[in-house]
Amino acid sequence: MLKGDPISRVLYIDLAARTYSIQDRSDLFEAGIGGVGVGIRLLDEECPPGADPMGPENPIILTVGPLVGMFPLGSKTVAMFKSPHTGNLGESHAGGRSAVAIRMAGYGAIVIRKASVSPVYVVVEEDHVYFRDASALWGLGSAYTAGTIMRQNEQGSGTRTIMRIGRAGEQGVSYASVITETYRHFGRLGLGAVFGSKKLKGLVISGQRSLPVTDRKSYRALYDEIYKTATESPLMKKYHQLGTAVNVLPLNASGGLPTRNLQSGTFEGAEQISGERLAKDFLGRRVACAHCPVACVHLAAIRYPYPDDPYFFKTDMIGYDHEPIYACGSLLGGTDIPGLFSLLDEAEILGLDVMSMGVTLAWATEALQRGLITTQETDGLALEWGNYPVYVEAAKRIVSQPNDFYKAMAHGAEAAAKVYGGLDFALTFGGNEMPGYHTGPACHAGYLTGARHSHLDSAGYSLDQKAGKEGESLTAEKIANSLLEEEQWRQVLTSLVICLFARGIYTPEIAQKALACAGIEKTPEELKTLGADILHRKYAFKLREGFVPAELRIPSRIIETPSPSGKFDEELIRKTIEIYSSKV
Amino acid sequence: MAKRLSIVDSERCVGCQSCMFACARRPGIGGLEGTAIWVKSAGGIRKGFTVVVCRACPDAPCAKVCPTDALMARDGGGVKLHPELCIACGNCVKTCPFGAIMWNEQINKPVVCVYCGYCASYCPLDVLALEEIDRPELNDAPKIIDGGQEHA
Repeated sequence: MLKGDPISRVLYIDLAARTYSIQDRSDLFEAGIGGVGVGIRLLDEECPPGADPMGPENPIILTVGPLVGMFPLGSKTVAMFKSPHTGNLGESHAGGRSAVAIRMAGYGAIVIRKASVSPVYVVVEEDHVYFRDASALWGLGSAYTAGTIMRQNEQGSGTRTIMRIGRAGEQGVSYASVITETYRHFGRLGLGAVFGSKKLKGLVISGQRSLPVTDRKSYRALYDEIYKTATESPLMKKYHQLGTAVNVLPLNASGGLPTRNLQSGTFEGAEQISGERLAKDFLGRRVACAHCPVACVHLAAIRYPYPDDPYFFKTDMIGYDHEPIYACGSLLGGTDIPGLFSLLDEAEILGLDVMSMGVTLAWATEALQRGLITTQETDGLALEWGNYPVYVEAAKRIVSQPNDFYKAMAHGAEAAAKVYGGLDFALTFGGNEMPGYHTGPACHAGYLTGARHSHLDSAGYSLDQKAGKEGESLTAEKIANSLLEEEQWRQVLTSLVICLFARGIYTPEIAQKALACAGIEKTPEELKTLGADILHRKYAFKLREGFVPAELRIPSRIIETPSPSGKFDEELIRKTIEIYSSKV
Repeated sequence: MAKRLSIVDSERCVGCQSCMFACARRPGIGGLEGTAIWVKSAGGIRKGFTVVVCRACPDAPCAKVCPTDALMARDGGGVKLHPELCIACGNCVKTCPFGAIMWNEQINKPVVCVYCGYCASYCPLDVLALEEIDRPELNDAPKIIDGGQEHA
């Protein structure tokens, strides 16, 4: 680390005492570089064994890395906490302006301890921290409004991050998100509920500073090399043209697009919800995270007429990606675009993780069809595939929780299925709702073994797809080893912290060169060892908190519904989990 | 001919900040300190972005309010900053209607575009361009009448 680089400064905020302190933690950053490598170490320090995820003892840890503010696509913040959704490791990553804002405010990490007695939002302006009363913001109907108020009342326009929760976070929905800059989120695993449990409505962070480099000339040269690859190479094309929604059609053609709660892997309406169609008819604007020339954030402009006035419309800008399109589109069997986007917008208004919400609604729809629940449980809502006005109402009830059914729904598909039945088709893995790939055994093994039960942990879908192309039949050994190697390397990328979309750019050699500019000397081998160590630490935390890999629930639906890799059996997945967990 | 930075089309701006980082990187360092170009959301990211940078006014108000001639009008439009003369009064910042004069807190001096075009070469969407200033001659400006005295 270079002298004058603020990366090793950690801001500790105590919500109970409304005080803060800044400490140099070079020890942590030398050992773990940043991001998840430092995050897991801080979580080990801050989170007592058996902590109640909704109790004041659960910390919120936000970390960035040394490449943030220095190189393009160093654009992510890692949040670590104990998840109220799974009761275990909580880890969620967000872009937007969050990472650059934290780095420019002069920190490598922010630790939020304890809980406030009354609603607050916290403002960090470089070395100063302000606690603002948020009692008037608590209970606001829309998280958009909360963002607007903070934007109007605070300084730092342009580079600040404005993280906030919606009603879902206030109400303790275990998959509530934290929204940052409207279109990016700490979506998964319920960071929003942890904010809510601390009466923390928002967090505004801003700053502006320079970062030292080892050698000015080589820094600029490497910057240019990375920038050129990011903007010109085919590696990034799919992200900035159609965006991640480009996945919909090929996935569907292969039979891997989860449809109607994964009763099928193909969706007859795929064309209508495809990235191509959305770009043609609805794409209204593209935006970028701070310091990312790729601009993968796609916003649809949807015009909604008012029923009471033929000449009155509102035009909403609503973000979309493959995952929301899958979770609220194919998985809910809908092709009505204004309807689908009104549900995505409702998730944004309420502050819900759009993926967990979609999967939970899909479970409920099937449960109603099968008679496990009736409209008495659903509060009169006749949930049916593709009926978005009803889904929007159900989403509101997940937050307002008018009865026991919605109280269960507020904890996800598995929690609800445990009460009402239908676990076989409750699509959760390690307690977390399924991502949008049903490509074969490797994707599911990845959801199960991944430390955060996300498709981003180890990209099993990519392994399935590659094997399919090469006509290879995957063994448990092969899947486990590939997932492990991928997940270990991703710990390095998420320690630097690099957007995972740039994984093709930041090869071990480029990562080494970039770190050298920040005065951190690590060989590719050392980086890989570090990645393995970080993953090991995350697993140690999970095991400490009661994670038992051998007892992971495998929803039989994933075995029953044919995947592009054909039929695979539970035994293959079990064996993969066993090998993986013995090696991690 | 003097050059200036032109905002070709801010509707194409995606808010990636590559221009800001480029400007701050000119001396070969990372971060954002000292950037003379700023990208702000146009009232929340939903509404897109605005780009704030010196437009090289032909008759720059910032130079007129500088008490020490640290900011001097440049031939052809725009200004040049002589930081050694600056007393950090902040008049220039207050006067610029575009908010295009930034402040470097570290050295407590203003920051203004030097019209080098480095930022434009990092704009992935051609929002920015360095162009030669080719303004039509201004019509005869109305003379300012003050107490019957004519000021040229």
